[in-house]
Amino acid sequence: MSKFTRRGLIKTSATVGAGLAMPTFITSPLAAYTNAPTGGSVTLGFNVPQSGPYADEGADELRAYKLAVEHLNGGGDGGMMNTFSSKALKGNGILGKKVEYVTGDTQTKSDAARASAKSMIEKDGAVMITGGSSSGVAIAVQGLCQEAGVIFMAGLTHSNDTTGKDKKANGFRHFFNGYMSGAALAPVLEARYGKDRNAYHLTADYTWGWTQQESIQAATEAKGWNTVNNVLTPLATTDFSSYVAPVLNSGADVLVLNHYGGNMINSLTSAVQFGLRDKVVNNKNFEIVVPLYSRLMARGAGENVKGIFGSTNWHWSLSDEGTKAFVKSFGTKYGFPPSQAAHTTYVQTLLYADACERAGTFNPCGVGEALEGFKFDGMGNGPTEYRAEDHQCFKDVLVVKGKENPTSEFDVLEVVEITPRSQVEYAVDHPMFAGGALGKCNPGA
Amino acid sequence: MDAILLQILNGLDKGSAYALIALGLTLIFGTLGVVNFAHGALFMLGAFCAVSLQKLMSVSKITIDPSQLDFLGNPLKVKTPYIVEWFGPNVGNVIIDWNVPLSIIVAIPVMLSIGYIMERGLIKHFYKRPHADQILVTFGLAIVIQELVKANYGANPIPTPAPDQFVGSFNVGALIGLDASYPYWRLIYFAFSAVIISAVFAFLRFTTFGMVVRAGMADRETVGLLGINIDRRFTIMFGIAAAVAGLAGVMYTPINSPNYHMGMDFLVLSFVVVVVGGMGSLPGAVLAGFLLGILESFASMNEVKGFFEMLYLPSIDQIIIYLVAIIVLLTRPRGLMGKAGVMEE
Repeated sequence: MSKFTRRGLIKTSATVGAGLAMPTFITSPLAAYTNAPTGGSVTLGFNVPQSGPYADEGADELRAYKLAVEHLNGGGDGGMMNTFSSKALKGNGILGKKVEYVTGDTQTKSDAARASAKSMIEKDGAVMITGGSSSGVAIAVQGLCQEAGVIFMAGLTHSNDTTGKDKKANGFRHFFNGYMSGAALAPVLEARYGKDRNAYHLTADYTWGWTQQESIQAATEAKGWNTVNNVLTPLATTDFSSYVAPVLNSGADVLVLNHYGGNMINSLTSAVQFGLRDKVVNNKNFEIVVPLYSRLMARGAGENVKGIFGSTNWHWSLSDEGTKAFVKSFGTKYGFPPSQAAHTTYVQTLLYADACERAGTFNPCGVGEALEGFKFDGMGNGPTEYRAEDHQCFKDVLVVKGKENPTSEFDVLEVVEITPRSQVEYAVDHPMFAGGALGKCNPGA
Repeated sequence: MDAILLQILNGLDKGSAYALIALGLTLIFGTLGVVNFAHGALFMLGAFCAVSLQKLMSVSKITIDPSQLDFLGNPLKVKTPYIVEWFGPNVGNVIIDWNVPLSIIVAIPVMLSIGYIMERGLIKHFYKRPHADQILVTFGLAIVIQELVKANYGANPIPTPAPDQFVGSFNVGALIGLDASYPYWRLIYFAFSAVIISAVFAFLRFTTFGMVVRAGMADRETVGLLGINIDRRFTIMFGIAAAVAGLAGVMYTPINSPNYHMGMDFLVLSFVVVVVGGMGSLPGAVLAGFLLGILESFASMNEVKGFFEMLYLPSIDQIIIYLVAIIVLLTRPRGLMGKAGVMEE
């Protein structure tokens, strides 16, 4: 006797139907890209150094991210959302979805950073990854995001390679780069120290150090300077005395420290201890230059930074409306002014959210298209453009100097000059950025 | 010649720190037979004694000055350290300026106690366990201490300058007809470590306590059978070793601003120093410390780097110490001054 019953038929067809429907559900337009948000919220992944030598910068980045999320969800005073030239953000999350976030610890190591980004994408469903306080890390994570099909909004990364030979269609950088530092600094250095100078470079031995050194050397040599030597120092160096001592009798009258973070603090301290700043060489006062400055680092170097020139992406003492709004929100919430790392990560988060709103989707290809060639203002750097060809932001660059008479512990740098965008701009195929290609945007899934 | 003199001085300076840490490591290994991977953390804790005292001395009275504004446009909170309030600006500021030398006084009892507590609280439970267990537990302890320091003081280096009188450099070369200026504080660091090293040796050589300790190092069981409580003396030696590392850390702060992982930076090299010097040999540790310090300095000279690059050995400055360690251990497996029977059972 047949066991075929009506109930059995319904059961079987329901099962088969569900089975057949499954692949359709997975490939449905809803999920045409990696981690398409389905519920009432969207998850962003903040990948910053929470341990390791850049942990303080990472902590400041994280504060800025949290502030950005608060503002996007309609909390706080709205910060730069009020001054941002684009008015697509409404304070109701992104595309009506509440913004949530997960955090990862990069430990300032490429492999750890990739692992935490991967986990945030695969386990937590992050639709965008942002962060980084080292170019090595940023480039590694950018590559991962390209493969995974999510957008990467770079945090503090200054190597030319991030938007040069290692650029990726899914990656976007608001922060400036080594070339821009060189182009902004060289005229100021020429004006202050003259054309006839002999520079000695100490350079951190990794992608950022190499590209910055190359940029500064080219820019200063174009102004007539001579480069006496370039010595690569291991990233793990803590005592720079044996690298600084040879500078004394090298005939150089300028020392360029292509160092960042703890390296910068230690090499600068050694240079000052060895009396370099009090020396007179070739009948000129010996000078020290730190091309990439950070207020957090400058504070670590204490008295030693006074009068030393460098460049920075942004500084809290600027007087534009965007800066004032951001410093007010951040300062009120945390009790101290934000660093340039905090600024760039806050701006990147708003820019991403705004691009989603304008594109009407979280799809990386749509978001990327909305960011490419996007011109905006009111974010603390004056008129800015995300260049479509390499996903690098072009804007003014600040030349700063260690302040001689600081009025507070935050007041360690003074802005000497705001170098206009035209002076720091370069062609997409500039030799320092050549090689590599953006490729196509990858929506994943 | 000037450059060579400078690199010798640099080497002696680096060597001072290596020697002081390695001396403590050897003392602990020689007395308690423990391989102490937390020794770098003790060096770091010493440095943070100076940082803490600096913080303590800058505890300030806050007054609101409506005539000045802070970065948010609110009336400025002016901070005046209590020390300046109490002693007046002249004396108060000098006390604050002399923070690092004053920290020595604070660091000695603090580090002795930390060493004592560490030994009684944790290390003593691992005497009879294999060396691998000791390494794991002390390494774990080092990480815990590091993270605690980071949680309280942040990850960035904290400037802890030397007194104003010792800022700047002294032309050492002029004494022998050369031109080579060397920072005052680094010269002081070298002299200071020479004094500490001599004091430790004198203590072990010329005091009854030292004699008992040395006897215990040679034959613990017999000394015990003679009715001497050798364990207690060894605990004190652990405290002394911790204090030596701590003092090395305090005095190091003006050279490089301290941060939470400075101990780890020195630990690995100090172990190489101990092994090259010969496990358990105090003079060996000191000798190897200075030797490797000088070698490291010379290896970072451009001429030397260039020469090794021609031999297809780039970045010689990073590997020289390990290279020399391999050569020494291949030719003298017990290290430069190692004795038979140590770590060989």
